[in-house]
Amino acid sequence: MHIHRSERIWLTFGLAMMAVFLATITTAAVVDGIVPPSNVQTIDPAKVSQTPPFDHPGLHKLANGSYEAYYVAHIFSFEPHHLSVPLGAHVTFYVTSTDVEHGFSVPETGINTMVTPGWVSTVSHTFTKPGKYLLVCNEYCGAGHQLMADAIEVR
Amino acid sequence: MSTISGTGSAGSTDPGFAMRYSVASENLLVLAHIYTATAALTVGALFGLLQGFSRANFLALPAQFDYYRILTAHGVLMALVFTTFFICGLMTFATYRSIPRIRSVRLGWTGYCIMLVGTLMAASEILAGNATVLYTMYAPLKADPLFYLGATLLVAGTWFVAADILRNVISFGRNNPGKRIPLPAHACACTFVMWIIATVGIVVEMLLLIPWSLGWTSGIDVSLSRMLFWYFGHPLVYFWIMGAYLIWYNVIPTTYGGKVFSDSLTRLAFLLLLVLSTPVGIHHQFLEPGVSAGWKWLHTLTTYGVVIPSFMTAFAIFASFEIAARRAGVRGFVATVRWLPWTDPVFTGSALGMLLFIFGGFGGIVNSSYSMDVLVHNTMWIVGHFHVTVGGPVALSFIGAAYKLVPALTGRKLYAPKLALAQTWMWFIGMLLMSTSMHIAGLLGSPRRTSDVTYFGAAGAQSWHGEMVFAAIGGTLLFISVLMFVVVAVGTRLLNEPETQREAFAFAPAEEESMPTAPAFDWLGRWATVAVVLAVLAYMGPLHDQLSVRHFLAPGMRTW
Ligand code: HEM
Ligand SMILES: [Cu+2]
Ligand SMILES: [Cu+2]
Repeated sequence: MHIHRSERIWLTFGLAMMAVFLATITTAAVVDGIVPPSNVQTIDPAKVSQTPPFDHPGLHKLANGSYEAYYVAHIFSFEPHHLSVPLGAHVTFYVTSTDVEHGFSVPETGINTMVTPGWVSTVSHTFTKPGKYLLVCNEYCGAGHQLMADAIEVR
Repeated sequence: MSTISGTGSAGSTDPGFAMRYSVASENLLVLAHIYTATAALTVGALFGLLQGFSRANFLALPAQFDYYRILTAHGVLMALVFTTFFICGLMTFATYRSIPRIRSVRLGWTGYCIMLVGTLMAASEILAGNATVLYTMYAPLKADPLFYLGATLLVAGTWFVAADILRNVISFGRNNPGKRIPLPAHACACTFVMWIIATVGIVVEMLLLIPWSLGWTSGIDVSLSRMLFWYFGHPLVYFWIMGAYLIWYNVIPTTYGGKVFSDSLTRLAFLLLLVLSTPVGIHHQFLEPGVSAGWKWLHTLTTYGVVIPSFMTAFAIFASFEIAARRAGVRGFVATVRWLPWTDPVFTGSALGMLLFIFGGFGGIVNSSYSMDVLVHNTMWIVGHFHVTVGGPVALSFIGAAYKLVPALTGRKLYAPKLALAQTWMWFIGMLLMSTSMHIAGLLGSPRRTSDVTYFGAAGAQSWHGEMVFAAIGGTLLFISVLMFVVVAVGTRLLNEPETQREAFAFAPAEEESMPTAPAFDWLGRWATVAVVLAVLAYMGPLHDQLSVRHFLAPGMRTW
């Protein structure tokens, strides 16, 4: 097998490009902790409403000034409704489902995770722009999937 | 079929007759696959059009024929039925033609029939509204058992097709010691070995889903079923691509009198696809809880490996163009592009598909890039991406190839070749429009798999509407293009008379090489072993993690 010189250059270019991408995402992951939401934590989907803190879905302020928001997804809505978040707040969302697979996405913010029954998903975001954000379920969950949305208000 | 005429009793002792008879019955089998694929494409395209219109708020679908039911049908018919039947037909054909021998087509027909029964079972459950679970069938959405059984039969049927192809390749090796496996047959064997390894995942998933949907087990391990699905789901994509590559490497050069750029590099590209297709599936689960970030990173790394066969293929295609053009005395980029046979729909279908694939490749890098996936996951960007990969390059190359296959198989001239040529451009323009709008809508956050994205007029959703309108217009062009294809494909068989002199179908020969192809490239058994080992290594850790945490089984429900 003989590989032409120009093909070698071409393949090296391709591999180099991939190496740069891999280095970039690896650095972002290791140095800045930018990784896709990958929380590994189980919960009994039949007992979500009795499992603290999911028994009180909503926003909780922590001692260090940041926030935690607990969300329960079920067909075809999210709890809590209409979350109000102070401007500049750093919020970590904890989301779980009581029934089927759902999605949890706030377009324009980069908040995006799957919600799997039996597991708790986490994703964080700092809200630096005031406004009313749309929260949508972006995984098909049944006949009313297109209605499964809510609002997050930042002010 | 007219070609079987002359089934005289004298024939049985005449080897020439037996060969002709064998070819005629082989042709019928391949045609059955191709026309079944065409039917799936047609119905799927109608549903696609309705989806586009629903998302653009041109119409609201009635409850008896709701959005998610037809979306399930569209996904299954396009991603699983159209592609699988076409590839089974194409690869059966490529194997048979490059390994001429007197053979029985019983195994091939058995496969076809099982696939067809499975498809009909699954399709009727979907249309009856008993399986509105989309083509990914994510548990704990619980469909009727017949749906899962139908899907299993569709896959099981392909195993017979695979056995038929591999049987012919093995018999070639036995009867021709020291000779190379013919290049097209080598590609088919790589593809179907890969397919067998991949489909083990979906069949194991079905072994969990079927008893559960029958009520024999009380719950389902949701995340395990998802991991099994995507273990299969990504190589499914490479199954499609390998079908398109077979056409690009071995058929397209014949349209301009060219050759395969390199026998050995073609074999190597298919072998790399065989080993690299499976150990990557977790890149479809980047945003999932329960799978740790480390495994996701590992599958990003292995996913990037596919750059090698992809870049090799791009190089080989352009090299084949250039060498043939130079032989014809044509030099320079523009002159070469002009010299190519743009009036031939076989060439143009694939060539426009290759152009779309360049966009698809760029998008794919974003999707597979770990933390970058957050921006696009489950948005319309993804829908744009797979329409510009499977819906563009793959489907359009298959359609183009059908313009050569159907005449060769029916012994008739292509019906309305100008319509066929216009069809390829119509598809290209429609797909470009639809897919670009979908990509933009996705970046703006528009969710996929959603019948109506107005969200009661919410501010965040307003920017999506314009894109959805453009996508619906693109979808209309695509739908018309599919109808044009049907006219040509069916018209060839029904409206044209058989030719006395059948057009020969030959695969492109390879360029002479200074060095012979390494014999190791034909040791498919060993390459298959490497593929299995890599798949095991890539999934051992994630599966172990899945199985070792305490699980809550989901009872399952019907939410539609
Ligand atoms: C007539 C041409 C086509 C049109 C108008 C069309 C339109 C659409 C639309 C609008 C969606 C997305 C709906 C949503 O996510 O809410 C969709 C999904 C999809 N399309 Fe197409 N499409 C066409 C052809 C194809 C082809 C040729 C293929 C593959 C061979 C294909 C494969 C798929 C798949 C796999 C999905 C995803 C289904 C799911 O999310 O479950 N489509 N199509
Ligand atoms: Cu939903
Ligand atoms: Cu993939």
